[in-house]
Amino acid sequence: MTTATVSLGASVSSQSRFMQLALAALLGIFVVGFVGFSHIDAVHNAAHDYRHSMAFPCH
Amino acid sequence: MNLFRNVVFVAAIAGLVAGVVLACMQAYATVPLILKAEVYEQAGGGHHHDHGAAPATTETGAVSTAAPAGNAMSSAAPAAEAAAPAAEDEGWAPADGLERFAFSVLANIVTGIGFALVLVAVSEFAGGVGNWRQGVFWGLAGFAVFTLAPGLGLQPELPAMPAADLLPRQIWWSATVAATAIGLGLIVFRRSLPLTILAVLLIVAPHIVGAPQPDSFETPIPEGLHHQFVVAVTVTNLVFWLVLGAVVGVVRGRFTGTATSLRDSFA
Repeated sequence: MTTATVSLGASVSSQSRFMQLALAALLGIFVVGFVGFSHIDAVHNAAHDYRHSMAFPCH
Repeated sequence: MNLFRNVVFVAAIAGLVAGVVLACMQAYATVPLILKAEVYEQAGGGHHHDHGAAPATTETGAVSTAAPAGNAMSSAAPAAEAAAPAAEDEGWAPADGLERFAFSVLANIVTGIGFALVLVAVSEFAGGVGNWRQGVFWGLAGFAVFTLAPGLGLQPELPAMPAADLLPRQIWWSATVAATAIGLGLIVFRRSLPLTILAVLLIVAPHIVGAPQPDSFETPIPEGLHHQFVVAVTVTNLVFWLVLGAVVGVVRGRFTGTATSLRDSFA
């Protein structure tokens, strides 16, 4: 699991590669989840038109 | 953390571009329909935000008897109170007009970057998006996973449309996205018949289980308006994902110094 590979211009070991990519994906899911799924009223109202326009479950 | 930094960099550019494009499309295609629907919503007795508990509280006063048990909106009022005037406690909201539009643009860009992070990270596992054309295919996959599949069970909805409780719908939406993504991945990257059959089962399963549906479909929203909205949402999302994928391909190509030529074959 320590084979160095070049991914997106960066040379990393496969283990570190997996961790960094998983971290990036999780960050993305968190961001989308917060804006699109948060039950906080203010967040819901701010992104109201966006949620409807993206067909996120809303209200 | 060089790789992480590069992923974020590519995703930020792609998300920004695709988010701005989507916000512009929404301003013309979907937001006017939402505003129209809000006219019906206000005419239909207040701005009730807990449709699950209050399907169509019409002038007849026929309030649904469905118990709002476990309503996901923590502060949601029971059905009877939902018919109260619009002054109910909904917290802060942006003022109509420029402020509301500005927050929509912000939401588009932020989630655009979020979707881009997922797309870039997942595609890096598969060797990376080589050029804009491969990016378009990744975008198609994103559209299928995040718009088509969940949209089949939970159609894009306008304000004042009845829907089941929020939390079960969000769970179904997330599970459908996950199952579809895994299914597509199995089909594309594991060239085996049994796994492909498993993939098809995974993609179909959420629709056999079925999305949470409201007790009543009664709504003041005209059928035509809703249909127009479903088409607008689906098409704007398609363009968003194609732009997102293509920009990821272009930016990543510049980044890694590989040619982004038309002749590069897909996969």
